[in-house]
Amino acid sequence: MAVIAPILGRLVKALVTLLAIAVLNFFLIHAAPGDPAVVLAGEAGAADEQMIAQLRERFGLDQPFHVQLGSYVWNIVRLDFGYSFRQGAPVLDLILDRLPATLILTLTAFCISLTLGIALGVAASARVGKASDSLLTTLALLFYATPLYWAALMAVLVFSVELGWLPGFGYETVGAGYTGLARIGDVIRHLILPASTLGLFFMAVYMRMTRASMLEVAQMDFVKTARAKGLSGPVIRRRHVLRNAILPVVTLAGLQAGQLVGGAVLTETVFAWPGIGRLMFESLAARDYNTILGVFLVSAAMVIAFNILTDLVYRLVDPRIGARA
Amino acid sequence: MKHLKATTFLIAAALAGQAMAQEAGGRLDIVVQPEPPGLMLGLVQNGPTQLVAGDIYEGLLRYTTELEPEPGLAESWEISEDGLTYTFHLHEGVTWHDGEPFTAEDVVFSADVFLRETHARLRASLAYVDTIEAVDDTTVVFTLKEPFGPFISVFEVGTMPMVPKHIYEGTDFATNEMNATPIGTGPFKFEAWEKGSFIHLVKNEDYYIDGLPYLDEVYYRVIPDAASRAVAFETGEVDVLPGGSVENWDVARLTEMDGVCSTGSGWEFFAPLAWMWLNNREGPTADVRFRQAIMYAMDREFVRDVVWNGFGKIPTGPVASVTNFYSADVPQYPHDPDKAKALLEEMGYDGQTVRLLPLPYGETWQRWAEAVRQNLSEVGINVEIDAADVAGWNEKTSQWDYDMAFTYLYQYGDPALGVSRNYTADRIQKGSPWNNVEGYENPELDAKWAAAATMTDAAERQAAYDEIQKEIVEDVPVAWLLELEFPTIYRCNVHDLVTTGIGINDGIRNAWIEQ
Repeated sequence: MAVIAPILGRLVKALVTLLAIAVLNFFLIHAAPGDPAVVLAGEAGAADEQMIAQLRERFGLDQPFHVQLGSYVWNIVRLDFGYSFRQGAPVLDLILDRLPATLILTLTAFCISLTLGIALGVAASARVGKASDSLLTTLALLFYATPLYWAALMAVLVFSVELGWLPGFGYETVGAGYTGLARIGDVIRHLILPASTLGLFFMAVYMRMTRASMLEVAQMDFVKTARAKGLSGPVIRRRHVLRNAILPVVTLAGLQAGQLVGGAVLTETVFAWPGIGRLMFESLAARDYNTILGVFLVSAAMVIAFNILTDLVYRLVDPRIGARA
Repeated sequence: MKHLKATTFLIAAALAGQAMAQEAGGRLDIVVQPEPPGLMLGLVQNGPTQLVAGDIYEGLLRYTTELEPEPGLAESWEISEDGLTYTFHLHEGVTWHDGEPFTAEDVVFSADVFLRETHARLRASLAYVDTIEAVDDTTVVFTLKEPFGPFISVFEVGTMPMVPKHIYEGTDFATNEMNATPIGTGPFKFEAWEKGSFIHLVKNEDYYIDGLPYLDEVYYRVIPDAASRAVAFETGEVDVLPGGSVENWDVARLTEMDGVCSTGSGWEFFAPLAWMWLNNREGPTADVRFRQAIMYAMDREFVRDVVWNGFGKIPTGPVASVTNFYSADVPQYPHDPDKAKALLEEMGYDGQTVRLLPLPYGETWQRWAEAVRQNLSEVGINVEIDAADVAGWNEKTSQWDYDMAFTYLYQYGDPALGVSRNYTADRIQKGSPWNNVEGYENPELDAKWAAAATMTDAAERQAAYDEIQKEIVEDVPVAWLLELEFPTIYRCNVHDLVTTGIGINDGIRNAWIEQ
């Protein structure tokens, strides 16, 4: 009971926030110059007034602004994401189409970065000041500082063009017709480069944070007590230091997890990965209002959901948080 | 003797090359960039859509690299003496991809009903058409209200694609569910579209020309990053890079690779011409001397050689040199900064800053804008680059919110189809970036453009356009920059990829792969 009431409160707040975000998005996207009718007419290489008028009418852009806003909010409340006139498909279908590829990429990168980051952070903190620690922190700094875009292109050049070990594009071999295990293997081969490129950056962040946090907690009195009790180094690190040091990492992981569905525009672009990030970027360029608002809303919902989830994980990791609240 | 042997060998090799038999089968991977918004060519006519849908749909005619009409769905045609009646005889035994027969009724429906409602560019030409009638199943007659010189050039697949009457009649064209699985008469059938990855077309086994097409399947691959597209070609992931799909410096690098061929052909019909709109309404650009000064100030050869890596041709005026009725006999604007300075002095240019809107189509265009800014500042013109994304560019140009703006436009083989629309006063309409955006008004020339469009005699038309070009180049309504060349890059074992003036945009039914 003590857990459920605050969560309900959070949920109500979350819904209000979400609605506010939706309205704000609507204003922002309409403030950008140009509209979908102008873009479509521009691409056609020819246009007359009749064409622009037809398009505006079909998109509902001939309505007064407050009417457009009103019908948008009403649709959102009914969980209707609308129709992409540009792509000729319901927005929800477009998003769901991209969801599997997006999740495969972002979840894999998330898991790689979180596990490796924490493990390496712990390892580095245990050898603080030694050569291996310096090596790990320097590497992490390098991964952290390298622009993702460049790292991605270099990965393709080295592993795909020069060595020919891994495919550089797409999420499966186009037209190979693999099924079952062969298909899974094929997807994994395609996944390695983009997932590691994306994962390395976050891994560096987690590693540095874990290491710093571990070192800080290791100075605290209860650690000294544990040592005085005669516990061994590894046990202290795992049961006492890590458990307390992990909270900031959980916070950060919660933030990253919120972006899982938003995709990763740069990585998806370089590796031609058909994810939501690209859908968002291309819809933005085309002023495909409904699609872009749909992606924004789903992303916002995910961020809020993971915020709530992060709070729950806090309670698991540190029961004192629930007790205080 | 050795020399002679070598020559004989070469001749033999050449003969063998000619006699090489086309081989059926195989798969071709072609880059499409950006991903098309849809594949229903009657509804969407942008470049990427036509690249893919040009395999699915067909027009009545195709055009050679010399822009001569050749048979498409129409086997033969006659034009009456007075230039008012166009009679087309359709191929027998043509079927839609769903098995329904293609008849003259489909032609009437496509031109008179569907495209009249959906196709802005064709609508302008259809204004000359009085009636379109199906005489029998394979004969269609277009009757014009008055002669229209370029009318024989409007039957290309992107201009007048044939759409199936049995699917669209009586429906809302834009939201018809079949738009997602397009049905045409073309050499390839739509199979699948994985959004964000690829579009898969397969051979039309029932194509009306025996033996065609040669290829079993075609994949159009969506790779959003220009550098990645170049790498995809290097690694063999794709076989064909259509014009404009990689940056120019990569073109030079890729064409030097072993077994890689390229051709500049296949763009004669479109003849993309790049220019800068100069706002004729206000600011310094309203003064003809300022506009002429811009022409003299620009080093267009430098841009062609450096920014475009040598691809393209310096234009002399509004009509590209490959388009019908081109004339080279016009005032010339060589790179002459002193002349530019003198003109600026004469008009009393006070150093007012002019805004330059680049075309947001990638690095090449960015650099081009910078080169122009540098040239203009060398003669004392203050330029500020005012960048925008694609939607912003469309908005600014169609609302006339610019001083100088980069653009390029297709000419569609004839000045009356793709050139005059940028210069006549009746095409000054806010809201579209594809008309007289610069606001040039010259009633005398307007009358000449109109007269030239309705002439039927080619020599007479040529004389009329010679005169127009001579006069308009004097006025510099826009600053003509470059006749763009977009080389198509492909593996040399792919043959007959580009066989018409529309290139790979009107169906690659003749393409075959040497195994």
